[in-house]
Amino acid sequence: MDVDFTKPAGIQRKQYRDFTDQINPKPNVLVNAIWAFVVGGIICTVGQGFLNAFLAAGLPVLESGAMTAVVLIFIAAFLTGLGVFDDIAKYAGAGVIVPITGFANAMVAPAMEARNEGLVLGVGARLFTIAGPVLVFGIVAAWLTGLLYFLFR
Amino acid sequence: MPAAKKQGLQTLVFQNPPVIVAAGTVVGGKEAQGPLGKTFDLAIDDPYCGEKSWEHAERRMLEDAAKTALKKAGLGTQGIDFFLAGDLENQILASSFAARSLGIPHLGLFGACSTFYEGLIIGAVLIDGGFAEKVLVAASSHCCTAEKQFRFPTEQGVQRSLAQSWTVTGAGAVILASQGAGPVITHATVGKVIDLGQSDPTNFGAVMAPAAADTIVRHFQDTGRPPEFYDLVVTGDLGIYGRELAQGLIGDHGYRVEGRYTDCGILIYDHDTQDTHAGGSGCACSAVVTGGYLLQQLQAGKLQRFLGVGTGALLNVDSPKQGETIPGIGHGVVIERR
Repeated sequence: MDVDFTKPAGIQRKQYRDFTDQINPKPNVLVNAIWAFVVGGIICTVGQGFLNAFLAAGLPVLESGAMTAVVLIFIAAFLTGLGVFDDIAKYAGAGVIVPITGFANAMVAPAMEARNEGLVLGVGARLFTIAGPVLVFGIVAAWLTGLLYFLFR
Repeated sequence: MPAAKKQGLQTLVFQNPPVIVAAGTVVGGKEAQGPLGKTFDLAIDDPYCGEKSWEHAERRMLEDAAKTALKKAGLGTQGIDFFLAGDLENQILASSFAARSLGIPHLGLFGACSTFYEGLIIGAVLIDGGFAEKVLVAASSHCCTAEKQFRFPTEQGVQRSLAQSWTVTGAGAVILASQGAGPVITHATVGKVIDLGQSDPTNFGAVMAPAAADTIVRHFQDTGRPPEFYDLVVTGDLGIYGRELAQGLIGDHGYRVEGRYTDCGILIYDHDTQDTHAGGSGCACSAVVTGGYLLQQLQAGKLQRFLGVGTGALLNVDSPKQGETIPGIGHGVVIERR
């Protein structure tokens, strides 16, 4: 007996939750973590390569960092446009979503979809649907950190 | 006094069983490559169908399915009394636009992914009640319009949950008539909205299984028929895990459907090679499998009678975020060879 339908609704729900826990497939966390580590590592290595190249070309440290971010954003946006990014992310998961590449993808993907709803109310309005919360809480966290630094330095 | 054509609590018995005289099915590329690929009338590989948006494409598929059914039945749009249709777009717009171009008196339906079966029931009622001679019933879904509306942008890099299903791209249409040759609809069991507290919008199988089980058990109780009376019991889009859950819940009520129970969402894709995770879902899942494969099995005499149950998860984009659980619904229809 998985769920006893003579029991009150609360107990039925609890029994059903236990039943679904038995049946639902479990993700393979280890495999996912290895994929994320390897792909995330590759992206960081590629980024470091660009950084070194910009430094070697004579760009100052700050500008080199910014240029590296620009290049990675371009690559991620380009792969999103080609429809490849989501195929990579299927395996790489957090490895490709957590670095700046994920942020670029989160901006381009909704923009591509919204283009037939117009430039302003479509693309303009939808551009930040995924990235918006990241920005909001990123800015809030930065502001709080700054405040703590100001008070306790 | 109980209604004259009702048996038990939720089951309708048709005195002059409406005949399914023709069916039309249109699917996308992924469905065409699946195990049922050859059972569909039309396959369109391009997710845009050459149109400017996915929404236009879905509407085109719905119209094409309806036109295919009409053509097979040798009927024009004037020969149809009602066009019953629904889909998953906001405010079922694909259906409204298809109805605009078909020009048949229209009732728009929403039963989430159970819409096609809801349409079969209402169509059969209209015909057996004497309000219509011929009714066109259709439903559509499109994986891109559904993903866009309910989940993430399609190019967004996300890992899909393992219990998640793949929305079927396509449309199915059938023509019900008061007379003619073809399989008939003898009974229908209208489902209740059932909620066993599931709230994961990426696991519709678990959400809908209790509703499917409730309707199936109710059907057996109302009609007094044992599961063995049917060659097949087939749910709409529970997928692999939902089917197992539903089978367990039906067993908890004391009915055993093992060996004669499957799901349209399992039939439509190849689980091992097509990477659909739990299986197919969406309005079109039950519509194209019923309108294609299942009706063809009846016509070929491989099945005599089946109980089909369209299943739907009742949510919108905001309800899970607002902490609501997701209720489900299932509508049962008995289709017999004649």
